[in-house]
Amino acid sequence: MNAPLTTPTRRMFVATGGALVVSFALAPHGALAQAAKPNVPAQPKLPGSLGKAPVLDAWIGIGGNGGITVFTGKAELGQGIMTALIQCAAEELDVDPAAIALVTADTERTANEGYTAGSHSMQDSGTAILNAAAQVRAILIELAATRLNLTANQLHAKGGAIVADDGRSLAYKDLVLGQELHRAAQPQSPLKDPKSYTVIGKPMRRVDIPGKVTGAPMYVQDLRPEGMLHARVVRPPNYGAELVSVDIATVEKLPGVIKVVRDGSFIAVAAQGEFQAIEAMNMLASIAQWRKVASLPDEATIHQFLTRLPAQDEVIANKGSPAQQGTHVVNAAYTRPYLAHGSIGPSCAVALYKANKLTVWTHSQGVFPLRASLANMLQLRPEQVHCIHVEGSGCYGHNAADDAAADAALIARAIPGRPIRVQWMREQEHGWEPFGPAMASSVSGAIDGSGRIVSWNYAVWSNTHSTRPGGPAGNLLAAQYLARPFQPPAPKEIPLPDGGGDRNAIPLYTIPNEHVVDHFIPQMPLRVSALRGLGAYHNVFSVESFMDELALAAKADPVEFRLKHLDDPRARDVITKAAQEFGWKKGETRPRGQGRGFAFARYKNSAAYCALAVDVTVERETGEVHLGRIVAAIDSGQAVNPDGIRNQIEGAIVQSASWTLYETVTFDRTDITSRDWSSYPILRFPQAPESVTVHIIDRPGEPFLGTGEAGQGPTAAAIANAIADATGARLRDLPLTADRIKQAIGV
Amino acid sequence: MLARALLGLVIATVVAFGAFVAWQWRGELPPATASAHSFDPGIVAKGAQLAAVGDCAVCHTRAGGKPYAGGFPVETPFGVVYGTNITPDRDTGIGAWSEEAFRRAMREGVARDGAHLYPAFPYDHFTRLTDGDISALYAFLMTREQVSQPDRPPELSFPLNWRIFAAAWQLLFLDKGAWRNDPAQSAQWNRGAYLVEGVGHCGACHTPRNRLGAEARDRRFAGGEGEGWSAPALDAASPAPVPWTADQLYNYLRRGFADQHGLAAGPMQPVVADLARAPEADVRAIATYVATIIGPRDPADRKRQTDAALAFAQQRAVTVGDVTRATTGAAPADTHSAGKALFDGACATCHRSGGGLPVSRPVPLALSTPVNESDPGNLLRIVLDGIHPAPGRRGPIMPAFSGMLTDQQIVALADYVRSRYSRGPAWPNVAAALAGVRRAQTLREAP
Amino acid sequence: MTVLNVNGKQHEVHADPRTPLLYVLRNDLALNAAKFGCGLGQCGACTVLVDHNPVFSCLTPISALEGRYIRTVEDLGTIDKPGPVQRAFIEEQAAQCGYCIPGMMMRAQALLEKNAAPDDAQIRAAMAPNLCRCGTQMRILRAVHRAARLMTVELQGPVKEAQK
Repeated sequence: MNAPLTTPTRRMFVATGGALVVSFALAPHGALAQAAKPNVPAQPKLPGSLGKAPVLDAWIGIGGNGGITVFTGKAELGQGIMTALIQCAAEELDVDPAAIALVTADTERTANEGYTAGSHSMQDSGTAILNAAAQVRAILIELAATRLNLTANQLHAKGGAIVADDGRSLAYKDLVLGQELHRAAQPQSPLKDPKSYTVIGKPMRRVDIPGKVTGAPMYVQDLRPEGMLHARVVRPPNYGAELVSVDIATVEKLPGVIKVVRDGSFIAVAAQGEFQAIEAMNMLASIAQWRKVASLPDEATIHQFLTRLPAQDEVIANKGSPAQQGTHVVNAAYTRPYLAHGSIGPSCAVALYKANKLTVWTHSQGVFPLRASLANMLQLRPEQVHCIHVEGSGCYGHNAADDAAADAALIARAIPGRPIRVQWMREQEHGWEPFGPAMASSVSGAIDGSGRIVSWNYAVWSNTHSTRPGGPAGNLLAAQYLARPFQPPAPKEIPLPDGGGDRNAIPLYTIPNEHVVDHFIPQMPLRVSALRGLGAYHNVFSVESFMDELALAAKADPVEFRLKHLDDPRARDVITKAAQEFGWKKGETRPRGQGRGFAFARYKNSAAYCALAVDVTVERETGEVHLGRIVAAIDSGQAVNPDGIRNQIEGAIVQSASWTLYETVTFDRTDITSRDWSSYPILRFPQAPESVTVHIIDRPGEPFLGTGEAGQGPTAAAIANAIADATGARLRDLPLTADRIKQAIGV
Repeated sequence: MLARALLGLVIATVVAFGAFVAWQWRGELPPATASAHSFDPGIVAKGAQLAAVGDCAVCHTRAGGKPYAGGFPVETPFGVVYGTNITPDRDTGIGAWSEEAFRRAMREGVARDGAHLYPAFPYDHFTRLTDGDISALYAFLMTREQVSQPDRPPELSFPLNWRIFAAAWQLLFLDKGAWRNDPAQSAQWNRGAYLVEGVGHCGACHTPRNRLGAEARDRRFAGGEGEGWSAPALDAASPAPVPWTADQLYNYLRRGFADQHGLAAGPMQPVVADLARAPEADVRAIATYVATIIGPRDPADRKRQTDAALAFAQQRAVTVGDVTRATTGAAPADTHSAGKALFDGACATCHRSGGGLPVSRPVPLALSTPVNESDPGNLLRIVLDGIHPAPGRRGPIMPAFSGMLTDQQIVALADYVRSRYSRGPAWPNVAAALAGVRRAQTLREAP
Repeated sequence: MTVLNVNGKQHEVHADPRTPLLYVLRNDLALNAAKFGCGLGQCGACTVLVDHNPVFSCLTPISALEGRYIRTVEDLGTIDKPGPVQRAFIEEQAAQCGYCIPGMMMRAQALLEKNAAPDDAQIRAAMAPNLCRCGTQMRILRAVHRAARLMTVELQGPVKEAQK
């Protein structure tokens, strides 16, 4: 194991295979960063997130036993990022991927790459590692050249060694004896020709799956350090409720209970056994007296309520004349409900407070921002807090991971010296996680006599899509309930080009007159934050549903209609590919009740391109939708792990199908009422599509394009378009439930 | 003399049989012309609502099949009768049926071709329907999607597989005639009574049947059977601890949940799902009518029973303290320690009071009808199979405990639950009842 | 004290008899595969086998388990020698976050022990109690089909499979 740093400005020693080597040091404002500076005058932009830690040994270390350690500030969330990053390093280092150990997000070991979010990991960390590895290879060749008295072009890297044309070779471990890799990263890297790739672009089995299918301790939920206590938190009955009184003594007498921790309205219990902790939590909950203050809007009219709240309006696209032109004007309005991340495993964290230092094992998407918020909450210096990412259950955005970490930290501080494991209960996760916000949009479009879109007016209303921690503690749930509570910071819209509520609000289509407004609503009646795709799920659903509505008005085939308005050749390619592989036929007629739908988007208008076609059958008597064949095409730029991409897109399609057909967070005037899988049903096996096929358009040498969220929006629209095709009824309010469909069909 | 008398008897029998054959004979009605099917959308919509109250789709749809295309097995003591295809398919459905033929089937239990229908099709209730309602149902069915799916012949033992026995049954038990309002009652009550007795055919399950499978007229709503479940009495003998009120009935029928009774399970799940689509006023009317026949009549009795049941439920509430204290070494409050240990471990997580599950949170067990019925069958079925909402729909989930617990454990659990949460006498032989339920399930699962 | 037979070994467990099996497996026996998902029998992340039946270990008190035969994913194989169901899941890469997968594998194992060659509808019906949030369902279905083939090969030998 690694010796912890005594101060963050010291070098970090990493023991790999017994040999202690200087691996790297991370301190952007510390000695090393300064030491690096003289070599790098007026640094031009470094590729990917290399600039976040512009020294090579911050990314790659070579141990005395030849073991190669690659460091990423990104975290494995089940998206397979570890495997793809290893592939990047293995490719440019010319080593077997199995020789590489990957260290992920850790505030004392890796670069601060912010959040693992927004489908940025390959673009940021993948690019950084690819370039760092290429630069390390060049250094190794340079070192070997000196040792062997040859020139660099007489040497090449192979299987963990630098091999000379004359047959001599030097292992990497024999070349790196000290701080040879402690060099400033360069803006230019001697990258391989993508045509020569042997690892990148080839499907590689995920490195984490064997452990996961054999019961290895892979998750933060599985950590069990010596002396660990199990803790549970009693959450308030609803938002903002105040704890008036609770008889702690009674609960502390229960078997196994070590301590009840109370700070204001934050109350938790730690016990020897997990079931004992749960029983004590139940007892605490049953005797705690709360003052309920929450007042929620009426769920039935939530979209009217939201759109009437004060908003900050921004025109994000304005082209040509905003006035409607053309021969045929179509208007529509779309809504989506609040959606839950609904991780299968409730959020969990383990924390240890010892010798004025807090260590937190967390499945947070951002260990560095979490560290800042925890330090603020506990009035510690950031360097007193060490956050280590350990996998949790898939999160799909900002779920309760950070909140569980805050809970664990508060309890650990109250019970120093004992590791504290907190896992949320199902009803806590469902009730208290920050939901994906409810949204509304309205659109008006006009087509001319030739079936071309001449104008497009679009407006979208949304709360923020990020209330993630980072800096002030106010975004941590527990911090809001302490005796001296932290106020959540004022919510902000995520600026374009990524965007938050307005992510993908500007269509990629070529339209001469275009006007798009983002109505950002600061007031949040429900706790909300980032859910996979953010605003893109709603905006792509709206834009792509509306494209079909316009195509219908133009009496055009939906695929042709899209192609007619697209100049981007890669966009055209995924659409053509998906249509072809699906067997999309123009003007094909189907029996009533059967439909097909198409949709496309380029995620964030800057990441991966995704198009898909869907077959559905709609039961007229009940409105039940049966998903048939689904065929997708994806362009993620240079594909690193094609099977990883397929897995992500298949998952996105099935998950989005569940959101689209079934899901709504429900609430009454005081409480969140969707608290488990009976009140928040999601797709089960019998409802899964008959088949999902994903075709990858590989673009060797092109930049990596984020893929993880690319399927969410197109899936929703393709299903809605297929239902419209099957029934003649256009549904514009998500979810597209059987009852809504039946109502639209009529008797 | 004797010979002559015998001869006379034989002649009389032959003549009577001949007369019966002649009486029961029904001609084939001419096929409807295809062009006749244009219906007023308002009539079709009315038919849809009646079909929802009547749950037609339940018996006329096989699991996973197309609605109204038939194939659902209706189990009777005499064998299995399969719901028929009532889509407008001309060859395999009722597409060739004229409205007259449809009306004859509803009123007299005779198919278009003249065959007598087995009373698994509840024409003893549908005979009460008004002409207008039969027309509306006809219009609704004739505007469904045509599905070509041949009917599955009934699997009845000889000689019941002769259709003439259906005719004999009709002679004995079919009381034809329209529903007549009771002028002494409100319009809402009469509407409810008409729906319950007619298209709703509630008595088909909730009234006991005689040996020949006819509803016992003198024991109307005294409790019967459906799909292997006991259908609780809807008369004074109702086993519900708290007497049902119209509001509680409305919530139960409309939303599948009543907070003093519990939730719809078993064959009532699809009934409730259909009633959610029926007109609200009709569900209210049904609740109003049933409230007047169910439970004690005397208001003072009702109040006494209600208070006692609620007090008992409160006394027996499953509290966190009760469950947790058992671990502290305090003596268990009752002797069913094996059953209690199972209950505390397997059931109390959900069946305790309080907690944060708005949908799956059950009512106090002491108010639950299955716990208070004289037969443990329904409780055992729920424990074995759990309760599951339709796919993608919100609804309470109770996991199936079959396989999780052994039969012996389930018996201990049921005995404990009965002793703890009911004031009724102990169930005499839960093990035998469980074996019976298991047997019935095995038969049902067999192909 | 409760004696539990887990994966063929007898374990003396000193937990409260009401304790759900899940916590005993994870915390007392350090068997990590079964996971806490809901504690309500709604998601199947905790699925293990008891006497060949798939059960929710989060709701099964250990008092109900003496003398019964409990199996977890750890019994199906090891990381060096994975069993047929585990191999099938690896070969199909049927996991994203993987949290639900042990429960999926145990439910699949139970199905395949009863039905060696289930069709797709039977697999879907059998797997219905288990939830996956990552959307890995299509791969899980493929993995169960593959596991059925692998198990058949294991029972009948590779020759017969080759003849197919």
